[in-house]
Formats: sequence, structure tokens, C-alpha cells
Amino acid sequence: MSNHAKAQIANYKKTKKVFSWPNLVAKEFIAAILVTVVLLVYSYYVDAPLRELANPGEPENPAKAPWYFLGLQEILVYFDPWIAGVVVPSIIIIGLMVIPYIDVNPKGNGGYCFWDRRFAVTVFLFGFIFWYLLIIVGTYMRGPFWAFFWPWEAWSFDFPTPPPLISLPNWLGIFALLIYFGFGMLVPAVAFWKFAKQLGFIRYNITMSLFLLMMGVLVKIALRLMFNIKYILQTPWFNI
Amino acid sequence: MNLISYFIRKLTETEVWKSVFRHGYTDTPRNRALQTLSNVWLHLHPVKVPKHAVKIRFTWCLGGLTFFIFLFLTVTGVLLMFYYVPDVNRAYADMIDLMYVVPLGRLLRTSHRWAGHAMVITVCFHMLRVFLTGSYKAPRQFNWVLGVLLLVLTFLLSFTGYLLPWDQLGYWAIMVGTNMGAATPVMGYQGPFAELLGVKINNDIRFALLGGTQIDAPSLLRAYVWHCIGIPIIAGALMILHFWRVRKDGGISGPL
Ligand code: HEM
Repeated sequence: MSNHAKAQIANYKKTKKVFSWPNLVAKEFIAAILVTVVLLVYSYYVDAPLRELANPGEPENPAKAPWYFLGLQEILVYFDPWIAGVVVPSIIIIGLMVIPYIDVNPKGNGGYCFWDRRFAVTVFLFGFIFWYLLIIVGTYMRGPFWAFFWPWEAWSFDFPTPPPLISLPNWLGIFALLIYFGFGMLVPAVAFWKFAKQLGFIRYNITMSLFLLMMGVLVKIALRLMFNIKYILQTPWFNI
Repeated sequence: MNLISYFIRKLTETEVWKSVFRHGYTDTPRNRALQTLSNVWLHLHPVKVPKHAVKIRFTWCLGGLTFFIFLFLTVTGVLLMFYYVPDVNRAYADMIDLMYVVPLGRLLRTSHRWAGHAMVITVCFHMLRVFLTGSYKAPRQFNWVLGVLLLVLTFLLSFTGYLLPWDQLGYWAIMVGTNMGAATPVMGYQGPFAELLGVKINNDIRFALLGGTQIDAPSLLRAYVWHCIGIPIIAGALMILHFWRVRKDGGISGPL
């Protein structure tokens, strides 16, 4: 156990304490009752959805995944299924799991604070909000054939044909990827030398790869929306 | 008031009361401690907690609520199992029965459904609060990892339940989800490098999930078994570990 952890536990022993009964248990009890009441009242007034009997011959259009997966379905517009449906969620899960091991900043443990951990909080909040923004777009702004509609627009099948998509030639794609990841890894190492040194070589690389991958999703979305780019890199096996 | 306290005193002094609770009720520090210690349900808690930890604005009750909603789902879920049969010829009709015939069936089904959504929301916000309070830092790193697993399991619990009504909504949502599975590199038949291992539509990961090449009776049964037995057991086991670690890691986090 690290010294810091020991200090934390020693410190815990010193903090002012109150009896769980009734101070904590009473609050838990009230919270549980409130949630039960809210759930039951809401359920009484708002029915759970139930559509027609499942019919393999008649696809829903649009067919939507449950809302919490709509962020992934939404990036299916910008990436092939193996990236949107498998690689991105896997990286998110792994990325979340490694957070405690790459964030070596001991400050802000056990209380809300922003200034002492600006980078961590900003990146996490960005990812959290990004995920929910995609869900909101997927839930409220996607109609038949996953075409875009504003929430106040009526869905119709008669939307303008999307402009044709172009892919970058491979030499340019490889070049762009090298620039993005190369500079992305090197520039912060130089510009924020103290930060990089604090992290150490391995942690720095993991942190920055995860960060660049997350921002990469945003970059690809931007490239598509602004320049109609389909793929950055095409190979016989997969496209990015 | 005096009458009430008189009755409470009389009640808590009876032999029956004492045989159930194993300690007196008089308000002494010792009895407050025993209230937590000698109660199998409450002894999950430490006898004493840091003062800041009982502030609502520290945890927002989110972890506790996630767990409570899980319990709510377990109770309503078991009741639903009395009426629901995971058979493609019956499942949808059972839903209609629940909505129109079974006494309180509509409330049962609807509250199970909304509670499922609520749990997904509270677990996400629990994660957010743990992040913002930096509570994943040493010595609680591993409990965060357990938490991430619980997050994924919560999604999967909800997702497997989605197919069970056997309506168009669930059917096509599961179609979208499992088709993504088909694109898994190496392990899905449409994914990159599938040929390497000879992965085809009838032996890939999507096939394993659906129990066939399309969503049909075996898929419904698989969704049902995972939803009602498999994932709740795994998630329940991890929750036990998660709570145990909260205490072993030095109790709930707090400012240094
Ligand atoms: C089914 C899902 C989950 C349940 C039932 C659950 C339950 C709880 C409970 C009851 C606590 C005590 C403090 C509180 O209420 O906030 C707690 C603490 C904690 N949870 Fe969870 N949790 C779940 C998922 C997660 C997730 C997704 C994460 C993070 C990715 C996580 C990370 C933690 C950590 C690190 C603590 C210790 C916090 C501290 O000491 O301040 N948990 N959890």
C-alpha cells in the first residue's frame, strides 16, 4: 500500500464521525422511499412502450438500439460497424478502467475540486457530455434511414439526398494519421513537460493515446460533416 | 406523545421484541452501535461514518440508490416471472395480459421498465460523482475497476430485458445491437480478419449470443436466462465485492 493510501486511512481514523444509526440509515431510508414513490407515480401515469408483435419481415424504420447505446449507433454514421460497435466501446471500457492507474495526481481525493485537477476533470466531463450529446442526437434527431431531423420537424421519407462522400487517398490518409498521432503525442510532451514527466513514459503514452482516440472520434465527425470525408484510410481488410 | 413513547417503551421491553432484536432500544451509544452491528441487513454499514459522508451533497445517494433500484427490479422482476413465459408464441400475449388482465400488472410491468432506465441513469451519475470527488484515487483504484464492470453489467441487464416483450421495438433494437457484434474483428463473421479463424455466420459471436443465425426462439430464451439469472447473479456478486471494498479501502472517501 502506498504511503499516500496509508495516510488516507490514518486520516480516516481521525475524522469526526457520527453513528450510522440513525444518521445514515435514516437518509437512505428516506431516499429509498422517495425513489419508490416517484417510480410508482411516474409508472402510473406513463405507460411502458409496447409496439406490435415482433415481425422479422417488417423492419422498423428507423430501428433504434436502447437509448443508452444510441451514442454508439450514432457514430455508426461516421465509422464502420467494427469500430463503432466494438472497438469504441471496448476502448471506452478499458479507458475507464485504467483511469485510477494513469491519474497520479494525489490532489482532490475525497472532495469536489476543479482547479487542482483541471485536465482530468475537463477530459472526463468532455467525454461524459459527448456521450450524452450523441445519445440526444440519436434519440430525438434521427428519423427514417437514420436521416437527420430537428426535433420539431416532422419525419418524412422525402429528405434531400445526402451529398456523395469522398475518401482520402491512402497516402494522404496515412500522412494525416501520422501527423495527428505523432504531433498529438509529441507536442504536449514538450509543451507540458512537467505534466509528462510527472506521469512517466508509460502512463503518458496511455493517457495521450486514449485522449487522442477520443478526440479522433470528434475529428472524424467534423471531417464528415464539413468535408464529406468517408474514409481516412482504406485497406483490403478494414477501413477507417 | 407521552402515550406513544409509553407504548414504544412497553413494546421494546417485551420478550418477543428482545428475542428479535437482541438488544435494548433505549437511546444509548451502545444501543446505537448494536443497532447496526447486530442487524444482518444494516451491518453492511460501519457503526460510525465520517460526518461529511452523510451529507447528501457528497454522494447524492447515487450508489445507494443504484443498489436500491436493483433491489426494486429484483422484486418486480420476480413477480413478472410469475406471468411471463419466454416462448415466442406466448411472450407478447403475456405482455398484453399484464397490461390489461393481471391485477396491477400494468403497474408492475411499467415500473420494472422505468426502474431499469432509472438504474442506468443513476449508475452513470454515480460514476460521475465518484470521478468528480476523485474517489477512485489510491487506495480505491480497484473499486473503481469493479465499478466499471458493474456499469457494463447494468447496460447488459437492461439490454437483455429489451427483447423479452417480443415486440417490434425490442426485436429491432436487439437486431441493431447484435449486428454490431457480427462486426467484431476476428470473432464476428462480418468483422475484419474473420476468415483467419474460419469464422462464419453460424459459428461467430453473434451466433453465440442469438443461439442461431437470426433472432428467434433460442434468442428469446437466451435473453431471458441471461436477464433473469446469469447477469443478476454476476452483478450481485460484484456488488457484494464493491460494497466490501468500500469499507476495506478505508471507508467512504473524504477530504484529506
Ligand atoms: C450496479 C452498480 C453500482 C452500485 C450498486 C454501486 C454502489 C455503491 C455504493 C452504495 C457506494 C457507497 C457510496 C455511495 O453511495 O456513493 C459506492 C461507492 C463507490 N463506487 Fe459504486 N456502485 C455501482 C457502480 C459503480 C461504478 C460504475 C463506478 C465507477 C466506475 C463505481 C465506483 C465506486 C467507487 C470508487 C466508490 C467509493 C467511493 C468513495 O469512497 O467515495 N461504482 N458504490
